[in-house]
Amino acid sequence: MSNLFQNDSRLPQMRLAVISYLIVGLIGLLLLGFWKLQIVHSDQYAQLAERNRIRTIPIIAPRGSMVDRDGRVIVDNYPSFSVLLLRDDAEQLARLLPQIADGLGLAVDDVQQQIEAAKFLPHFQPIVIKPEASPADIAFIESHRADIPVLEMLMVHRRRYPRGGFMAHASGYVGEVSTDQIQASNGRYRPGDIVGKTGLENQYNEQLMGTDGMRRVIVNSVGREVGRLDQTDAIPGKPIKLTIDYDLQLIAEQRLAGKKGAVVALDPRTGEVLAMASQPSYDPNDFAVRISKDEWRQLNEDPEHPLLDRAIQAQLAPGSIFKIFMTAAMLESKAIPATFKVFCPGYAEFYGRIFHDAEKPAHGEMDLHNAIVHSCDVYFYNVGKLLGIDRISYYATRLGLGRKTGIDLPGEDIGLVPSEAWKERVFHQKWYPGETISVSIGQGATVVTPMQIAYTIGGIALGGAFHQPHLLKDLTPSPEIDFPISESTTETLTQAMYGVVNEGGTAGASKLPGIELCGKTGTAQVISLQGRQRAGKQAGLKNNAWFVGFAPRRNPEIVVAVLVQGGGYGAESAAPIVRDVVKAYYDKKQGVPPDELTTQARPPGSVVPGAAARAAGGGALIAKPQPAGKSVVKPLPTAAIIPATSEARKPNLQP
Amino acid sequence: MRRGTSAADYDWWLFAITFAICGVGLLEIWSATHSSHLAGMQWKQLGWIALGVLGMVLLSRLDYHAVLDKAPALYLLGLIALVTVLAVGHSRFGAKRWLPVLGQFLQVSELAKLIIIVALARFYTDVRTSELSLLDLCKAGVLTAVPVGLILLQPDLGTALVLVPVALVGAYLAGIHWKHAAVLVLAGAMMLPVGWHFLKPYQKERVTTFLRPEDDPKGSGYQILQSKIAVGSGGFWGKGLGHGSQNQLGFVPVRYSDFIMAALAEETGFAGVFLALVLYAALLLRLIQNAQRAKDRAGMFLVMGVAAILGFHVVVNVAMVIGFMPVTGIPLPLMSYGGSATLFVFLALGLVMNVRLRRFVN
Repeated sequence: MSNLFQNDSRLPQMRLAVISYLIVGLIGLLLLGFWKLQIVHSDQYAQLAERNRIRTIPIIAPRGSMVDRDGRVIVDNYPSFSVLLLRDDAEQLARLLPQIADGLGLAVDDVQQQIEAAKFLPHFQPIVIKPEASPADIAFIESHRADIPVLEMLMVHRRRYPRGGFMAHASGYVGEVSTDQIQASNGRYRPGDIVGKTGLENQYNEQLMGTDGMRRVIVNSVGREVGRLDQTDAIPGKPIKLTIDYDLQLIAEQRLAGKKGAVVALDPRTGEVLAMASQPSYDPNDFAVRISKDEWRQLNEDPEHPLLDRAIQAQLAPGSIFKIFMTAAMLESKAIPATFKVFCPGYAEFYGRIFHDAEKPAHGEMDLHNAIVHSCDVYFYNVGKLLGIDRISYYATRLGLGRKTGIDLPGEDIGLVPSEAWKERVFHQKWYPGETISVSIGQGATVVTPMQIAYTIGGIALGGAFHQPHLLKDLTPSPEIDFPISESTTETLTQAMYGVVNEGGTAGASKLPGIELCGKTGTAQVISLQGRQRAGKQAGLKNNAWFVGFAPRRNPEIVVAVLVQGGGYGAESAAPIVRDVVKAYYDKKQGVPPDELTTQARPPGSVVPGAAARAAGGGALIAKPQPAGKSVVKPLPTAAIIPATSEARKPNLQP
Repeated sequence: MRRGTSAADYDWWLFAITFAICGVGLLEIWSATHSSHLAGMQWKQLGWIALGVLGMVLLSRLDYHAVLDKAPALYLLGLIALVTVLAVGHSRFGAKRWLPVLGQFLQVSELAKLIIIVALARFYTDVRTSELSLLDLCKAGVLTAVPVGLILLQPDLGTALVLVPVALVGAYLAGIHWKHAAVLVLAGAMMLPVGWHFLKPYQKERVTTFLRPEDDPKGSGYQILQSKIAVGSGGFWGKGLGHGSQNQLGFVPVRYSDFIMAALAEETGFAGVFLALVLYAALLLRLIQNAQRAKDRAGMFLVMGVAAILGFHVVVNVAMVIGFMPVTGIPLPLMSYGGSATLFVFLALGLVMNVRLRRFVN
């Protein structure tokens, strides 16, 4: 270091002290300034602040509607009012509380609790105390503007779904955004926002949800609007067009009503979902306002699980439908010749255990075609034994079981295809050859969803071209998954499935004159080795009924899978539903007007005269798309559009 | 000869006061932003504080004599940085003040403040006599005027003015003659009309507004008036954190930064303001005490340079909030949100620690 800094240690202590005094003086001066503002003129400024109140009133953006493939509205909105409580003046609020609660038909405790819950929000931010104002509430608020100045109304758009749980699982429902969602949204959602919770509402929330606008108004100390500043208009959400065909959906819903199960109808060539129903259902309108805790608990604890979307979440044994996969494995692996025959005495013994044929006492001599047509278990026991579990598992998985179909809905379940490795991994046990015998006829650990069945059988019928099922019409689906099946195998399989319906097979009763309906029944025992314990608690252990059908036989246009839980035989309870949906599809194609599509059998070739004329004129074959905003759920008898909650309560209008 | 510096030699009182002020600041930043799209800003500020503390400790390890040795080079470097920012800097809010450093935009003029403290400390130390000659006074003036001019070009009137007190306090401590001081004051007064000519229109507006705020309450008088309403309506105990209507409704301009004192005054009242100003007074007096106990004049000039800048910041900012001074855009040290400004304060305090650590050395 240079000696630059030497000999200079005499510090000007006096001048430093002067600066200290200067600082104390200046800070004191500033404090005097604050004193003058905050103590002397405090009241005056408090009044100015009061006069300054700007209230930001949100303008709620309407959610986009959902329309079917022909533009008919399925889900839209209706305007409604929420009651806002202004909390600026706590004393006034406490005084008016009993009167407010009484006038709005709310419990004082309930309102008190809501005020309590919002105490960390700024005082001037109003809270919603009643999400759905009835006409009586509106009258009450309007008539008491002067003496109860703390109530305000906010226009909102309430979601309107078809009544009776129509398509409820696919559409899903909306609700107030959760804290987790707010945090995950990166600033997109704010407390109180309404977002899709399940189904399409959730899947396409980004499109459906608009951006709220706001209006800034100047209000006086009692919340009266005294001036308007600026307004940002709401940006409405975009409507989405679905692949659903309202008419087919209606048939599916009507035919499934009162049962427990699901219907899935796809166009296997594109993966478009034409109909998708699940029963028992719930009413998503109940969620559109604020669902009470009791209602929510009831829905969740209902032993019938109405919230479960059985089309994509019911994971059950496929029963004899699995024989289609067995056949594909048998023929494609070439492990067993196509000419393989078995004599069926009604039972067979494997590994020291007797396996019965579930459907019939004895089929006699069976070849592959007849074994499928008559659903002979003994034949497929033998096929299974020869193939072995890993070969079965390989083909079932490659044909689409045990993995997601990729439908554009949240919460799809993947089912399960067992294998030696799976059992080792999950149970740390060796695979018993006897289990293969059960798997061969779709029992055992194998579980599938109705969506998987429609997707895989449609793909198999197309020779191994699988198309991602989707509900959004202009979705670019994932590229098709190919697992080419040889022409001879496809021919053998579709011929046999044609036989099931048309050659006196297990679903002979569901024959449709003039339509090449093909299919396969499945009747799955509810009690399996794994399911015994769970199912043991439930009453009514009838078998689950399955049917999957498609038409025409080659290059099918429609594939329908139906599950009826506890429905008994697939041929009896599931096949007729498939038949009716397929029939409605063809009737509509031939020009039958939508309101004449029924589940009643129609004589072959009969075409409604009016419809023929319309078809000849090249006009629309079906109902014209209705303008958005109007509810068009006409064919549904229960499609009331008046919200249930707006039934007038007894108003308590005091003079 | 040299005794090593130990943790006990740090000024723990200074630490405590500094962190107390930061704590009040974080609380008010949270309160002012939690219900808006800026929510979470207090965490960013906490990050800057942490970075600042690190910088402060690092800077305190380096002997300040070595820093003063390099003063001419640092001064040149500072000028180059100021010219660079004018040439290629990043514009925000209509002013070129930012240079990208480590992925963040740093305000170069904050760095210039540090450098001017060092450069002037070196200059005044070099004078060595207890009286400042007119020539030296002019030299100090030129030394200050160059960076001030460059910052004015950005334009950033507030920061440019902040450099002046360093030169003035330094000159006072270096023994300015009272005749020279009188001339300086006179010259300053005569410069005012000339300076007025050079102000940008918005700057002129701020000054006229300050003189007659009630003329145009919706226009440029708005900020001062709303700030005063916020302060006044706070009363003695305030409206409670998060419940200030002026603050939460956005009447208080940049309530998390330049006007954070108004937000604090509204929500915590005179009680909160009193606490905050006492903390600032304690901070400044503690700095002066450190200057009084410095080992040499160089150390004293360094510490008093820091004190001059911080004191100017506090007084001008708080005076602005209660309408005693025009709006200048000078943040409140350690409380206002801001990365570069917070870093600057901690680095400046690092210089002070440096002087303190070495008061017994030699």
